[in-house]
Amino acid sequence: MKEIVVLSGKGGTGKTTVLASFAALAENSVLCDCDVDAPNLHLLLAPRAEEVHEFYGLQVAHIDSEACNECGACVDACRFEAIQDFQVDPLACEGCGLCARVCPLDAISMHDVLAGHWYVSRTRFGPLVHARLRAAQENSGKLVMAVRKRARELAQQTDAIFILSDGPPGIGCPAISSLSNASLALIVSEPSLSGIHDLERVLAVCRHFGVTALVCINKFDLSEENSRRIEDHCGDVGVEVVGRIPFDPDVTLAIVQGLPVVETSDGAASREIRALWEAIATCTVP
Amino acid sequence: MILSVASGKGGTGKTLVATSLALSLEQGTVQLLDCDVEEPNAHILLRPQIDSSRPVTVPVPAVDKEKCTYCGLCSEACAYNAIAVAGRTVLVFRELCHGCGACSHVCPAGAVSEEPRQVGVVESGRAGGVRFVGGRLNVSEAMAGPLIRAVKKLADPKATVILDAPPGTSCPVVETIRGSDFCVLVTEPTPFGLSDLTIAVEVARELNVPCSVVINRDGPGDEGVERYCAQEGIPVLMRIPFDRRIAEAYCRGETLAAAMPSWQQAFRELFDRVRGLAAVGSVS
Repeated sequence: MKEIVVLSGKGGTGKTTVLASFAALAENSVLCDCDVDAPNLHLLLAPRAEEVHEFYGLQVAHIDSEACNECGACVDACRFEAIQDFQVDPLACEGCGLCARVCPLDAISMHDVLAGHWYVSRTRFGPLVHARLRAAQENSGKLVMAVRKRARELAQQTDAIFILSDGPPGIGCPAISSLSNASLALIVSEPSLSGIHDLERVLAVCRHFGVTALVCINKFDLSEENSRRIEDHCGDVGVEVVGRIPFDPDVTLAIVQGLPVVETSDGAASREIRALWEAIATCTVP
Repeated sequence: MILSVASGKGGTGKTLVATSLALSLEQGTVQLLDCDVEEPNAHILLRPQIDSSRPVTVPVPAVDKEKCTYCGLCSEACAYNAIAVAGRTVLVFRELCHGCGACSHVCPAGAVSEEPRQVGVVESGRAGGVRFVGGRLNVSEAMAGPLIRAVKKLADPKATVILDAPPGTSCPVVETIRGSDFCVLVTEPTPFGLSDLTIAVEVARELNVPCSVVINRDGPGDEGVERYCAQEGIPVLMRIPFDRRIAEAYCRGETLAAAMPSWQQAFRELFDRVRGLAAVGSVS
């Protein structure tokens, strides 16, 4: 079983377009959306939820104003500036519990907070494990781990050949949680100077965590010069460029129709994504 | 005035809007803070001259083996599983540590002290008439929060401060938008843009920051974003059309304000409307 995660560093480079098309092309796969902050994969796969699970992140402190004598010990102890006027700002609190420990009157208690939900759904391309973190919540990395764990269980139960995961942008906590111990990372890049900068950083993260990375350049024809720079950088760090997807208005049309582009179009982008999947599906991972 | 530029969805044009806005306003009064510390890009478009760079550290526990009794209280106190006691060994998982100080507080033997650990750098400088501050998280570090806080500490209360936010809707975005007078949400007119915009609006509302929308790559797509904004009473302040020349200029690392100077007037008008809306405090 191969667990393939699509990352990008920079947002909006086309991760979900590529991954949804892979889902349509792959036989016997389990699908997984690791972008729990701003998930989009469900918009192309029309999932029907079969399981709903609650997700509790970090706890949040609460000060009982009746019991509090405003001594200020909690304010001094808090490293996150989360206590103002002897009230806890739940969006600033990181749930460490130090305030509750230092309170001489035991006026502070810690509470669980429902931070989101995760789902197992049925799609025409196989089961999809996905989630939705509530707005402004913490700990998306932990929710990503929950989603990936369930996807692995399902893949084992169904003898799936692939787990196909749509990752988040960035290189911090949720991206690291999506990447660690995956079989392969496909980095979707774009030929802008920002895209090149972000690609270099996300490739460095893959190296750090020992995950083999492959690169595809989306909208490569927007700057052939920058596309060559991406190829040069990949050559320098020993990473293979496995796809060059041209700019194609059919991609946006497919998003509007709510379908993977390989199902709606036989245009240039669609053909290149099909070839890309052949390369990914058959590549051997060390 | 603190104005954050955020989006929910990545790659919608936050940095394009934030940098062009900064270059279009009266020079010498504007400060741009790049709060996307995981994948900072504003410096690529602004090309600032950096005149100071300093490390950002978080405190992590250091255990004195002479004093430690291996009682395990530190491990029990840690909400992040960042310290574990196994037999006569204390393991500290530094990258999981939030630096809260609970472990050193509870240690009855006084064996846990704290030492600084570098997680990134904050750079500041100047690009023409725009003052620039940007954070850069070290590769393989998970937590953006401390670095974003360090960037925001350098905000000049007398300046017009523009914050370029990271994508997403969780802690790094909250850390950025919190305390802003106004938030401009940049989106694209597709179901992806709409879905992430609705979550970003929820974040702004949670934080009591009034918000408005800029639609980028207007043209191809659908009417969902316009309909949603009309229903929710969220003003659409600017529409940047889909134009291959804009995309190509962005690829070359050019701002819209520099590549097509006629846009500067539109960005000044955008800012005037933002200032008006922020003054009313209209929580949209």
